[in-house]
Amino acid sequence: MTVLDAPPLDNARRISSARPEDFVVPHGREEEWRFTPVAKIAHLFEVDAQSGDLTVDPGSHVSVVDFRSDDAGHWLPTDRPSVIAWSSVHRSVRVEVPADTVVAEPIVVRLRADRARAHGHVDIRIGRGARATVVVVHDASADTSGAIVTDVGDGANLSMLSILEGSVEHVHLWQWPTRVGRDATFTGSAITIGGRVVRILPSVSYAGPGGSATMLGAFLADSGQFVEHRTLVEHVAPHCSSHVAYKGALSGAGTHTVWVGDVVVRREAVGTDTYEMNRNLVLDDGARADSVPNLELETGDVASAGHASATGRFDDQQLFYLQARGIPERIARQLVVRGFFVDVLARIDSVEWREIVLQRIAQRLGMDADLERHLEAAE
Amino acid sequence: MSTLAIRDLHASVITDAGPREILRGVTLSVDSGSTHAVMGPNGSGKSTLAYVIAGHPKYQVTSGSIELDGQDVLTMSVDERARAGLFLAMQYPVEIPGVSVSNFLRTSATAVRGEAPKLRTWLKEMKDAMAELQMDPVFAERNVNEGFSGGEKKRHEILQLSLLKPKIAILDETDSGLDVDALRVVSEGFNAFREETGAGTLLITHYTRILRYITPDYVHVFVDGRIVESGGPELAAVLESEGYERFIGAATAS
Repeated sequence: MTVLDAPPLDNARRISSARPEDFVVPHGREEEWRFTPVAKIAHLFEVDAQSGDLTVDPGSHVSVVDFRSDDAGHWLPTDRPSVIAWSSVHRSVRVEVPADTVVAEPIVVRLRADRARAHGHVDIRIGRGARATVVVVHDASADTSGAIVTDVGDGANLSMLSILEGSVEHVHLWQWPTRVGRDATFTGSAITIGGRVVRILPSVSYAGPGGSATMLGAFLADSGQFVEHRTLVEHVAPHCSSHVAYKGALSGAGTHTVWVGDVVVRREAVGTDTYEMNRNLVLDDGARADSVPNLELETGDVASAGHASATGRFDDQQLFYLQARGIPERIARQLVVRGFFVDVLARIDSVEWREIVLQRIAQRLGMDADLERHLEAAE
Repeated sequence: MSTLAIRDLHASVITDAGPREILRGVTLSVDSGSTHAVMGPNGSGKSTLAYVIAGHPKYQVTSGSIELDGQDVLTMSVDERARAGLFLAMQYPVEIPGVSVSNFLRTSATAVRGEAPKLRTWLKEMKDAMAELQMDPVFAERNVNEGFSGGEKKRHEILQLSLLKPKIAILDETDSGLDVDALRVVSEGFNAFREETGAGTLLITHYTRILRYITPDYVHVFVDGRIVESGGPELAAVLESEGYERFIGAATAS
């Protein structure tokens, strides 16, 4: 093999390629796979003729188009599951907001699988100076993999939510690469409360100076779920900012959550302002949380750069305080866990969807309908 | 008419090195309408008494009893005790991130009263109680105890007291960390609660300062895990001028 035949490296120095043969099948000992139970997801490392496309009902700004590798957004697959999804997809979901357009109502994309296994490609294009909110609701009723490729045009403002909820039976392997244009603003929130084995890789790169990206995450895992989020921010342009905040609550024997946060500040990215944070709340002895922040600076000329990571046990003093006010233990626990997520969720721009997400989290916690109702009334 | 009856109470704190006895035979009866000040030096175990009554899991009762109107308190969970009519205003109120004061108050009021208060009357009730304690209405939107000053924390404790209306209130060093103005506001809030409900009170304090604002009916000197002397308000004056020296000696000698 000559140097010219080697697959091209993308900005993050990972392999980017549309050819499955460029990616070896992970065996679990590689750095980026070391936490993942690869045996449980191995079927998504190979093409399956029986798999279907994830589809969606077309609507305002949303269409379903033939998938073309040369017109699928700014990104190419970077790992085995994403290249297999890329190779399997026939039709892709296109969300398009023209330049200088303000879309007031959230654009909701409900992905739907009609096979036991389905792949998806969602291609989101927000034109220059446009403003929109996009909500992608994943289908948790099948094993799924794919990518949400997002392009935020210069000066545009996109607020996005990606929600995985429902069944805890299936495997979901997703890439979520976003390119943030010059002076553009992007907020991407990943809400993960479903799935048996989940691996989500949100990443941000910048197409020009002055871009701002916020990556938020809230995940709840129990009864042996594996939930992994790997965030990557690559600062390649000057005077951009990134703020990553992921929070997880976990419980139950064999439950395992992983957050790996990579931030790379390239030499040319002077004036960068970056901060990443992960907090995990471990509710009992059986569950395990891994949290790995990585900050790589190639220039010292940054405005600010920092990270924080903490994994803590449930605070019994909080429980005592609430119980000492007559609140039964079960409800007290639910209040504390719900409260744990509030500061992250408060940054979701859409008030409507912020409430929906809080509600879903409450439901997932088994919160009493009565309590939930009067919390709403009190607010 | 309610009575909190504590008889020959012994309790230990659970530490890594094993249990250590802190309460060594406390006997005390608090009736509705009466205020008992329990005063003692640091480390005497007076705050432990408050926590044991409330049911903190860190402490283990080894013998003796606590009854509220004849009901065995010791077999109740922490929340059952609160619903039975006991309230502990804490010395160090705990921060609960992401839970607003307004949510918290309504949830606890619902639990203690056995039904959710009607929204309209509840909002007015909360507003009035806050005004009484000179609390800004935006306070209700803040997270429980998060970033509160010492004075705000204690006002918030008294606010809960006035909304939950317990039969017996236990105030654990409510005066600590308060400046004169805050102490006055908190004391007035408490006095209004006492007047309105006729509740019985156990007022735990190190200093006599708070007794200028809240007049006790009884004063108990607490040393080395038990009450070594009881008397009327005049006993507080003795402590004010002489300190605990005399009583510490007496406890060691006995």
